[in-house]
Amino acid sequence: MKVKTFPHGVHPPEFKESTEEKAIHSMPPPDKVTIPLLQHFGSPAESLVQKGDEVYLSQKIGEGQTLFSASVHSSVSGKVLSVDMFSHPAGYPVPAVTIKNDGQDRISTEREEAKDPFSLSPEKIRQKVKEAGVVGLGGAAFPTAVKLSPPNDKPIDTIIINGCECEPLLTSDYRLMLEASDEILKGAELARIATGAERIIIGIEDNKKKAFEIFQEKIRDYPGEAVLLKTKYPEGAEKNLIYALLRREVPRGGLPFDVGIVVQNVGTAKAIWDAVHDGKPLYERVITVSGQSIKDPNNLLVRIGTSFESVIEFCGGLSEDANILVMGGPMMGIAQWSLDIPVIKGTSGILAWPAPPPRLEYSCIHCGRCIEHCPMVLVPTRLAKYVKYNNLTEAENWGILDCVECGCCQYICPSNIPLVHWIRLGKDKIISLKRKKNP
Amino acid sequence: MDILWPVFTMGALSLLFSLGLVFAYKKLKVYEDPKIEQISEFLPQANCGACGYAGCRAFAEAVVKGEAATSGCPVGGEEVTQYIADALGVTAEKVIKKIAWLHCRGTHEAAKNRGSYLGISTCHASHLIGGNKQCSFGCLHFGDCVRACPFDALYMGEEGLPVVKEDKCTACGKCVDACPRNLFELHPASQEIIVFCQSQDRGASSRKMCKNACIACGICSRACPEAIVIENNLAKILDYKKIEPDKIPEIEKCPTNSIGRIHKDKNEG
Repeated sequence: MKVKTFPHGVHPPEFKESTEEKAIHSMPPPDKVTIPLLQHFGSPAESLVQKGDEVYLSQKIGEGQTLFSASVHSSVSGKVLSVDMFSHPAGYPVPAVTIKNDGQDRISTEREEAKDPFSLSPEKIRQKVKEAGVVGLGGAAFPTAVKLSPPNDKPIDTIIINGCECEPLLTSDYRLMLEASDEILKGAELARIATGAERIIIGIEDNKKKAFEIFQEKIRDYPGEAVLLKTKYPEGAEKNLIYALLRREVPRGGLPFDVGIVVQNVGTAKAIWDAVHDGKPLYERVITVSGQSIKDPNNLLVRIGTSFESVIEFCGGLSEDANILVMGGPMMGIAQWSLDIPVIKGTSGILAWPAPPPRLEYSCIHCGRCIEHCPMVLVPTRLAKYVKYNNLTEAENWGILDCVECGCCQYICPSNIPLVHWIRLGKDKIISLKRKKNP
Repeated sequence: MDILWPVFTMGALSLLFSLGLVFAYKKLKVYEDPKIEQISEFLPQANCGACGYAGCRAFAEAVVKGEAATSGCPVGGEEVTQYIADALGVTAEKVIKKIAWLHCRGTHEAAKNRGSYLGISTCHASHLIGGNKQCSFGCLHFGDCVRACPFDALYMGEEGLPVVKEDKCTACGKCVDACPRNLFELHPASQEIIVFCQSQDRGASSRKMCKNACIACGICSRACPEAIVIENNLAKILDYKKIEPDKIPEIEKCPTNSIGRIHKDKNEG
């Protein structure tokens, strides 16, 4: 069968065997959860509770104030221990609510279940999604309600459901596709109704044939199709996925809206269904716990706010040689410095490895491999040099802001140059300069 | 006779061109206030941008136009201000000599690392991913400020913190901009006491991360309530002039040394 794909990219070893065949296991809620009020792309939510308050499971504890924000809900029932700054996986302290679990999972009011969710109006769907605090579960945590509200002048024709999971080691989306395919499709249908799109396309990499077969069978009831994609990194990156499936190019600095597309991760599609049908806010998610230093790798359904420590403990703990702890996938994940960090909505995996052999950085040998593999067709080595010598204007002219930080260039670089770090530095400098000029 | 033709033509041409030049000089001349040149020459010529203009010349133009204050050049200090005021025939504004001080005492020894940092060795790059230090407010030790200083007034001390050479610091503010954590602040040279910490974490957690962090115990603010307050888990000096000299020993009882005299254990290089 011919598979679709995009030009360039890399194919790192997958290492998915250790968790691929393990069914999603529900982890018992921990004694204490710490729920950051910033778990999404945008401004932090405003706390609605105070120290000493009793909260119920799924009670809203943080209200998203602006458009680019999302509400946060309690993932256990119990007493609020503190509302204070707490370390966030991104490296900075953000306001967070710590709740002591009473173990009863009490729910205050009856959840607002929708009898016939497919007959709801687009506004009602969006409102329910916003109320449930659903964000993109692929990792970037973009508020889903925003994604479901396309501007009037940009008609949407296709909803793409992203089932690529191109990051090595991670298998949470794959398991979700095997175990919750109906919910995913129903969520996709709701997203289709909310945006007024005509069809649904589900893109699945060809190393997940089982999931593809299921979806090929089930999607017959919906307007759309399942498409097999080549196993390649970053197949699941929004812009590359759109190009691979429909050969449409998202314009520079633009969003998929501009080419009539909305992309949702499979996890997000399920969360949309849960939010609209069951009225269940996003307070738990599936994560993969894996890596050489995890004793018993697994796919877990974890409550938001559970510390990495309890999750790892549940998976048999860390082996002696553990040295690197990463949240997310190995290519784009963020290295963590403490086990107290809580699981947030954007956590797709927790990975741990022994220390890598030391890698010396050499000068660029102009081999051009980074250019050959950059999925955004940029020139990473040149961008890194421009940033290094502070020539930001040229860096911007050469498209530094188009970089999606997928890490292909750094993965392939024979000189071990931290290209992504340089590019991120350049992007940050350019953006802060712009902000200074017109605040 | 033929020999005269070239002499004649060349002479005529040179006359024509010189007339052109005279015309250009008379008609196309742009008048410029001679004071601009005069002031510009007296300025430090560091083109550091501390005045907020593109360079010394741009500042001179602005000050002659009356857009900039006579004391606008912090690098030049009193001398330059007086010169500008004399040149323009106005009274000189009062200049307060300022010096940039680092608000952190998180040395290699005192502030704990997060882990082994393998990224690019600049503060800004480290700050992007949360920093190499556990404290998310403190100094990162890579010396972006040292590289930014155009006057050679900063160097990296042995303890891992940048040290200000007081006599060379001109308060241009380059280090203030360069520090991704905003740890530098310009203080009047007469200010003796500053807070050596920016951590807004709670006392217990900031203490865990750094031995020299302000834990907001309030000893300093009790000694001098009208001048020092505790705000966001951090001591803050509202008005250094109100700190009476006899209160200083009491302020310096600070259990973590995070507030005190700048020159107490001065280590000038």
